[in-house]
Amino acid sequence: MADFLRGAIAVAAKDIRVEQRSKTALVSAIAFAALVLVIFNFARDAAVTSREALAPSVLWITVTFSGVIGLNRSFALERENAALDGLLLAPVSRSALFLGKYLANLVFVFTIEAVALPLFVLFFAVDLHGALGGIVAAAVLATIGFVAIGTVFAAMTVRTRFAELMMPLLVLPFLIPPVMWAVQATSRLLAGRPMGEIGGWLLLLASYDLVFVAASLMLFPALMDE
Amino acid sequence: MSLDAHAGECHLIVGPNGAGKSTLLRLLAGLARPTAGVVMIEGVPLGSDPDIRRHIGLLSHQSHLYGDLTAVENLAFTARLYGLPDPDLLARAGLDSVGLAGRGDEPVRRLSRGMVQRAAVARALLHRPRLLLLDEPLTGLDLDAGDRIAAVLRRELRQGVTVLMASHDVQESWDLASHVHLLSRGAWASSGPRGDLNAFLTRYQEVVRG
Repeated sequence: MADFLRGAIAVAAKDIRVEQRSKTALVSAIAFAALVLVIFNFARDAAVTSREALAPSVLWITVTFSGVIGLNRSFALERENAALDGLLLAPVSRSALFLGKYLANLVFVFTIEAVALPLFVLFFAVDLHGALGGIVAAAVLATIGFVAIGTVFAAMTVRTRFAELMMPLLVLPFLIPPVMWAVQATSRLLAGRPMGEIGGWLLLLASYDLVFVAASLMLFPALMDE
Repeated sequence: MSLDAHAGECHLIVGPNGAGKSTLLRLLAGLARPTAGVVMIEGVPLGSDPDIRRHIGLLSHQSHLYGDLTAVENLAFTARLYGLPDPDLLARAGLDSVGLAGRGDEPVRRLSRGMVQRAAVARALLHRPRLLLLDEPLTGLDLDAGDRIAAVLRRELRQGVTVLMASHDVQESWDLASHVHLLSRGAWASSGPRGDLNAFLTRYQEVVRG
């Protein structure tokens, strides 16, 4: 178990350090998130659609697409100099490699969300008073499952010719349920409904996490073998 | 196909492009799965226990290094993956052993091709593997870089490491080899202790030309 965690932490710390050094993916994802929010803000016809009606969907669309940019980079950096082979040569279980990649991706997507949420409040002038705790809970639960499945598909497509295109095409259908449930929860919270009313959506998100994190841990080793 | 290699021996695997040299090394490293048969290292089937990979070092066409990290950070990461003590100290010692002590804090992206190759050698040797797999380790290097890497390999051979080295350029690697194997279309065309270079080259040309 100690070896498993050691390998996972080493991989996660390395990924975070590479991103800190290059800042390529994080800056791109945050810039993308800001642009999506700006475009939705100005493209909305105020006479037809209210901010409140559109806001939850915009928040989750922004987070989902920005997150996909980050997840794509997770294994793209292993393509350079065939670094992935170096990882696979090490006496570390494939599941530990997955966990390391997964933890780094979680940090990455949570960072995007931490930047996107204030921008969302700024552009859509929503009142988060009383809703922030619930939105954060929905975000955490949605991100746990989304990142697990995204990490698996990023690994699956890394050796393909059009990985950057293939990965979103494969992963987005799997993201429909958590995004839908997160939007439902956010809509109710922004409408001033009590936390108790979103319990069911949070439970669905937690169930999704359980299934897809477990499935990802089991699938990943098979994906890494040629 | 079978190959009997002992401690301190350097087996040079020669063959034209597409003969299967790189595939053979990837199979031996556990990076590719054989369609038939089993790869066994010291009697243990590869893939049955991740710990067996602790005894294998691989230097391929690619460096396996991250361009955005420094050479020290790259090697320290490798040390952590292998659970070695004092990763930073070990990384600096490894780079020192290949003559890169002064360049360890530079991002790998800024190093020359020869320096990257030397850092990759240090990475492959960091965990003191008993079996070292080298895929064209001297190709594309200038004389100085080639000599430095050859010196490191001689030192490892003296310390009892078994080396399997694939190359399509016989002459550059000939002096390092104790045994030479000629690979053609996935099978040995000849195999044995190193003999006369000219006789081997004649045989090699016969095989290449069919």
